[in-house]
Formats: sequence, structure tokens, C-alpha cells
Amino acid sequence: MSEGRILPVIHHVGAVLKARGLPVTRLRAWHALLPLWLILAGATAHAASDPEAPGVLSILLRWSPLLLRGFVFNIIISLLSMLLGTILGLWLGLALVSQHSAIRAPALAATEFFRNAPWLVLLFFVTFMLPFQVEIGHFTIPFPGWIKAVLGLALAIMANVAEIVRGAVQSIHPGQWEASEALGFTRSQQMWRIILPQCIKRMIPPWMNLYAIVTMSTTLASIIGVNEVVTLAGQVQAAEGGRTDLLAPIYGYVLLLFFIYSYPISVWTRRLERKYATR
Amino acid sequence: MPRGDDQPTGWTPDQPIVHIQDLHKAFGEVEVLKGVSLDVAKGEVICIIGPSGSGKSTLIRCVNALTPFQSGTVTLMGIDVGDPNLDKLRLRKHVGMVFQQYNLFPHRTALQNVMMAPLYVLKRPKAEVEAQAYALLKKVRLEGREHAYPGEMSGGQQQRVAIARSLAMQPDVMLFDEVTAALDPETVKEVLVTIRELAQEGMTCLLVTHEMGFAREVANHIYFTDRGVIVEHGPPDQFFRNPSDPRTRAFLNQVL
Repeated sequence: MSEGRILPVIHHVGAVLKARGLPVTRLRAWHALLPLWLILAGATAHAASDPEAPGVLSILLRWSPLLLRGFVFNIIISLLSMLLGTILGLWLGLALVSQHSAIRAPALAATEFFRNAPWLVLLFFVTFMLPFQVEIGHFTIPFPGWIKAVLGLALAIMANVAEIVRGAVQSIHPGQWEASEALGFTRSQQMWRIILPQCIKRMIPPWMNLYAIVTMSTTLASIIGVNEVVTLAGQVQAAEGGRTDLLAPIYGYVLLLFFIYSYPISVWTRRLERKYATR
Repeated sequence: MPRGDDQPTGWTPDQPIVHIQDLHKAFGEVEVLKGVSLDVAKGEVICIIGPSGSGKSTLIRCVNALTPFQSGTVTLMGIDVGDPNLDKLRLRKHVGMVFQQYNLFPHRTALQNVMMAPLYVLKRPKAEVEAQAYALLKKVRLEGREHAYPGEMSGGQQQRVAIARSLAMQPDVMLFDEVTAALDPETVKEVLVTIRELAQEGMTCLLVTHEMGFAREVANHIYFTDRGVIVEHGPPDQFFRNPSDPRTRAFLNQVL
């Protein structure tokens, strides 16, 4: 007997079924995948119903190496932009809680600007504002699109991480500030030895949520010409003669790749949230 | 405790160690302290009692510069607390504070809580600080609990760690802001015993408290505040037996 949670909504139904001796299924979150499977299976079956065209599954299999490489590219972009954005965001977040308004005001302006900008528009700006190659002395260093995507996403991430930091710092009980002040700690000592160590746990769940969103957003890079999985999916469909019945299976495959990567992270995030919620 | 690095302030032990004169403090429009004056001699234990909102906590928070004030004089061992260029670090080496909510650092063990201030603020050597921390925790009867985290301790134990933590800075004056108010009755006693021992050792203590029994037993002087002024004050015998002001009488009737 598996350990599912009986959803309250169907509790009564379950009780009624049980009373009549009928089997009761405990619904799990992943059961929501079933409709998705049905749709994809149906689309695939429809595509496969053409006796002359090669099987859809064999097509997907043939193009898998390419699509998987593209997907790995997405992951790399997500990891790099997250790394850069987090480092920048930590400093911006500290500036947001600074006691000096000369530091706090521009930090606030930067945070609000990058938080309220659509990520795709940020990507466009970065693409058009940065040159496509940089010349230093004799060397010409190309500035490929994916690096611009990393930079653009990093700016958006920076602003969101700054907010996460600010929220965490402000959620620390004021008594911590008072007690440490009464003991003679300087502001900097208070921050680094007492407040920030307590903030780390609080920052991790929203930070992981942010990463989930960033992972999905790497597909925006397809619009600025990066050869990531969505671009490649379109190219695969074109290579197969532009068959419209292949659209669902191919993009369904891309959906699946993202789901298989993101869902475990989401489960882990929830587990961490629960763990940190109990003090 | 005299410190070599301290500039002389001209204060001598025969003068009041804490001197407050005509202190006024307002939060925005609301005036919370309306001209409070009191003197505390070295080694004295004074208790400040009164109804909620009378300004008791604000008063002692002004003594260690946790709360700024608008006008009046507050000096501690000759250091002018109201000075806009006050060296707060220097002030806080001489006065420690214990809070109602303990405010221990939850991410550190009891021992580390007691060690952090002398280590990072006073920059004393680690071995010396550690030895002192063990001694202080033993003094507050928490021997054996040095490596426990605040979350693993009862309220009374946490409050005693908080007292040890403040004592680690070797202050000359200790401020207690309703330190037993958040504790259940069984644990109140263990904290009061600790404070009484401190008092008997000669520590100057300013306590904001509701514990009338403790005040009567341990205090040298009681101050009653109401709506931002000191209504009456006196030694405990006289104060509790023969309060002169009707407000004092009314308050004592309610709490005793």
C-alpha cells in the first residue's frame, strides 16, 4: 500500500466507494501527467497513422542526440546565468539593506528596473547593445549569442536575488539586531556574523523557485538566435519536411525533457521548504 | 572594571555610576518620557516598576544608547550617552543588556553565543574567551549544556545563557528589561536566583520588572513610573509599606 495523501475533496467519495467495496485510488501529484501522456500518445498515433511516412518514434529517436545536445545547452545557459546573477544579486541585495541612502537609492533603482522588465526585452537589449565581437589589441574575441543570453538573464536574476536577500534580511527578528548592538557589534559584524548566516536557510526555497523559472526562460534565447533546444526542434521539424503532424510529438518531447529536469528540483524544493519551516 | 584603553572621563566611584537628568523621549508625536531623573550608585540594585506604556523599557534603553532621546542628560561612568559623536562601542563595553525575548543567536551554540562578543568585539584571545565562557555558563548553572543550541533549551535556560553572554563583556552595569516576563513561573525562579547572585557580588543592576517579591528582597531602591514620569521612589521597605502617592497605591493594590 503506497503512502499517498488522500485529497480532501475526494475523501467522501473515497469513503463511499470503500463502503461499497469498490477500489479507491489515492491520487498523487504525478497522476496529473496522465492527461499529458494521453495527448502526446494521441498525437503520435495520429502522425504514425500515415503508412508511407516513417514512424514518429523512430524520427524522434533519430533526432534525439541533436535535441539532447540542445537541451544540455539550455541547462548550461541556466546554470551560468544563475551563477552570475546570484553573485551580482547578493551584492545588490546587501546594498538594498544598507544604512547609507547613497548606496541604497541606486540599488533600489537598479532592482526595480530589472525586476519590472520582461526578460525577453532584456535579452533583446543586451543582444543589440553588446557588439558581436570584441577587439582587444590584435585579438578578436567573438561574442556569441549564448553569452549575451547568459548576461541578459543574469541581470533579471540579479534583481530577483536582490529581493530575496532583502526579504530574508528584513524577516530576521529585530531582537537579533538589538542584542548584537547591545553587545557592541558593528553593523558589518552584525550582518556577516549574525544576520546573514540566519538568512541562508530562508533564501534557499525562493532561490530554487527562481532557478526553476530561469530554466524555462532559457528557451527565450531561441528568439535571439541561439541554437538551443527550441530552435533545434523547429529545425528538426523543417528537416522532416515541415510535417505539421510532427509538431506535437517534437515539442512534446521538448516539454518532456524540461519536465524530467525540473520536476525533481521542484520536489526537492518543497522538501526543503518543509524542512526549514519547522524550527 | 578599569580598562587601559579607555580615555579617562573624570568619573570616580563615589559619583553615581548612572546619572539621568530630565530625560525627554518622544516617538514621533507621542512623548514617552517626560522629564525623568534618577541616579544609580555603584553596586546598587534598582528596580523600575509601573504599568505598561509608562516608559520603563524606553528609559533603560536610553542608558545604553539603544534608543536615542531628544533632550536631557544621561551619563554612564562619566560617558555622555547623549553625545551625537558618542563612541557606542566604548559605551557598550561598560553596560550589558538582557532582553525579555532572550534574543540568543539561534545558529550558534550556548558556548559560542557567550564567546562571540569578547572574541569579535573586544578581540580578546580565543583561549581566554573560551575559558571565561565555560566559567560563566557554570556560574549560571548551565554546566554540561555548553554545546546545545538555543532551540534545544527551555526559556529559563536561554535567559541564563543571555545573562552569561552579557557578562562575558565584563560590564560595570547590567540592564534587565522584564527578563522574566516571557517565562513560565517555574523557570522564573532560576533566573531570579542568578540575578540575585550577581547583585550580591556587587554588580550594578537596573531592572525593569513585574516581580514585586524579587524587588522587595533584592533592590536597594524602587522607582515607580507612570505615563512617562517617576511618580515615586524609595527603598523597598518604605516604598511597599508606605507609598505616599495615590497612583502608587492604586498600582500596588492591583499587582500585590
